[in-house]
Amino acid sequence: MILLDLFLTFFRIGAFTFGGGYAMLPLVQQEVEHHGWMSKEQLVNFIAVSESTPGPFAVNVSTYVGAVTGGLPGAFAATLGVVLPSFLIILIIAKFYERFRKATAVESAMRGLRPAVVGLIGASVWSIGREVFFRERIEQADFAAPQLYLSLGIFALAIYLSFGRHLHPVKIILISAACGIAAGVAGLL
Amino acid sequence: MTFLKIGAFTFGGGYAMIPLIREEIVHRHRWMEDKDILDITAIAESTPGPIAINSATFVGSRVAGLPGAFAATFGVVLPSFVIIYVISFILRQFENFAAVRYAFFGVRAGVLALIVNALVSMYRQCSHDVFSWCVMGAALVLVAFARVNVLWVIAGCAAAGLLRTGIFEKTGRPPEGSEKESSV
Repeated sequence: MILLDLFLTFFRIGAFTFGGGYAMLPLVQQEVEHHGWMSKEQLVNFIAVSESTPGPFAVNVSTYVGAVTGGLPGAFAATLGVVLPSFLIILIIAKFYERFRKATAVESAMRGLRPAVVGLIGASVWSIGREVFFRERIEQADFAAPQLYLSLGIFALAIYLSFGRHLHPVKIILISAACGIAAGVAGLL
Repeated sequence: MTFLKIGAFTFGGGYAMIPLIREEIVHRHRWMEDKDILDITAIAESTPGPIAINSATFVGSRVAGLPGAFAATFGVVLPSFVIIYVISFILRQFENFAAVRYAFFGVRAGVLALIVNALVSMYRQCSHDVFSWCVMGAALVLVAFARVNVLWVIAGCAAAGLLRTGIFEKTGRPPEGSEKESSV
């Protein structure tokens, strides 16, 4: 039952990720790969699409995975799944707002969750980095191929543009796309 | 139900949404006060789920109860949903074009840089003490190398945070440091 599976999986993702944006990535990555809904390469490609379109990453990725695996009903089931936990929890909190603000248990749990998210995204950088530079596994031949050095070069440029020049993510994506096309046209890929 | 329309246009812009909420809700519609906006950020960050959804549900619910929450959340989700649904067809048709493959080759390296940027900004927002570093290291190693389920790691780290407070209750440590807004 693909629709139920989509709904439950994205419900889990919605219920167990704290913080916006890429905080969701590690769990999305685990679930999507585990189900075989998307390869790591497709996921990284999709992050670029998501960055270039409006809306939160969680909604974008759930809609996309749902649409690809189950058409319109799939997209609906996955998106509903990712939104529902937030919606219900916030509804309750809005009612007991004052008490929630003073709850020390929430702050205590967040003391553990904030660094956890940093570590988890670190793990994503590790696995996605391997995918970007070496594909499936690291082989001797990779070090002779121009792809590795091109990727490293584009990565270094993007790091500079992002940290040094504070360029908007969409511009960084466009520039790296242009670099990729230039390399392809030059016959290096 | 004007919220629906506003939601669709203003919230669509992704992560730079807190200033947009302020502009629309506080200055234009006067539904909430400036200090409430600060609380939204705190609550959206300390509850599960995407920040955009959390903020929209919260604002909607405070302004107009359950229907408001529903309308606001719907408004945030709808633009993304429609855009991505359309893109899902286009993307699959063009996936095998040479130019698109070349472009994505470059884009993957660029995306990695964006994720590194997110990692650094989240690290900066996090408190810097031995406890935090231990949790970070543990989460990283468990997921990247030991391939432990992410769900267990998240639950474990929340439990560690609770335990830590239980142990250090009486030492009266200073509260959390920065509350900067993530820009990515």
